[in-house]
Amino acid sequence: MTSIPILDFAVALGLAVAMAIMLARLFLGPTLYDRVLAVNSFGTKTVLFLVVFAVMVNRGDAIDIALLYALLNFIATIAILKFFRYRSLEVALSEIAIRRRDTGDDAQSDRSEPTGGA
Amino acid sequence: MDLMQFIDLALDIVSIAALVSGMVFVLAGSIGVLRLPDFYTRMHAAGVTDTLGAELIMIGLILQAGWSALSLKLALIGVFIFLTSPTASHAVANAAYRAGLKPHLKRFAPGREEEAEPTETRP
Repeated sequence: MTSIPILDFAVALGLAVAMAIMLARLFLGPTLYDRVLAVNSFGTKTVLFLVVFAVMVNRGDAIDIALLYALLNFIATIAILKFFRYRSLEVALSEIAIRRRDTGDDAQSDRSEPTGGA
Repeated sequence: MDLMQFIDLALDIVSIAALVSGMVFVLAGSIGVLRLPDFYTRMHAAGVTDTLGAELIMIGLILQAGWSALSLKLALIGVFIFLTSPTASHAVANAAYRAGLKPHLKRFAPGREEEAEPTETRP
């Protein structure tokens, strides 16, 4: 079982096209959440591109970088969402639970119109 | 010996099919994210196809790499993406819904008939 470099190159090219499209959505997305979605999807495609590239040139080192990207991408998405909801990264989860218990449901308390700027 | 060659050929074919279909899924999801009119429809395009496309590409590459440490790392990345990609999609959609982002309803919006009737009866 050996790698097929031409097929890997074609898949890497397709992933590069998908990444370019995702960058376009990142720059023209109207709301913040479109941009977060584009960043998350772009990160997933970066991981795939790195993995395909590593198998194509037969270098196992790049797989570790791809694993790091996969870990970092998830944390970054959750951190961005938490920051734009609570406007702070230092709100502890226990404090959020206390606030939710006091006000019933916090869905109404922070219902603000999402703005276009990132 | 003949059986081994047959297994190698079958694994090659499965690997090519998985890689090509995974690339098609990822490209279709990207085009959907670019073309669809609304955040929630874009969410639907990206969140569904990303997981399946990533898993298919991982399976194709694992079949190419064979039994090695590289294959184990690929499987780890695949398991991680399989767990975190739907979670991140759910978090983004939930955050948008909690922030009050309205879906783009053209035909099925509530109250559209009430708004449309006075314009017809206008003299």
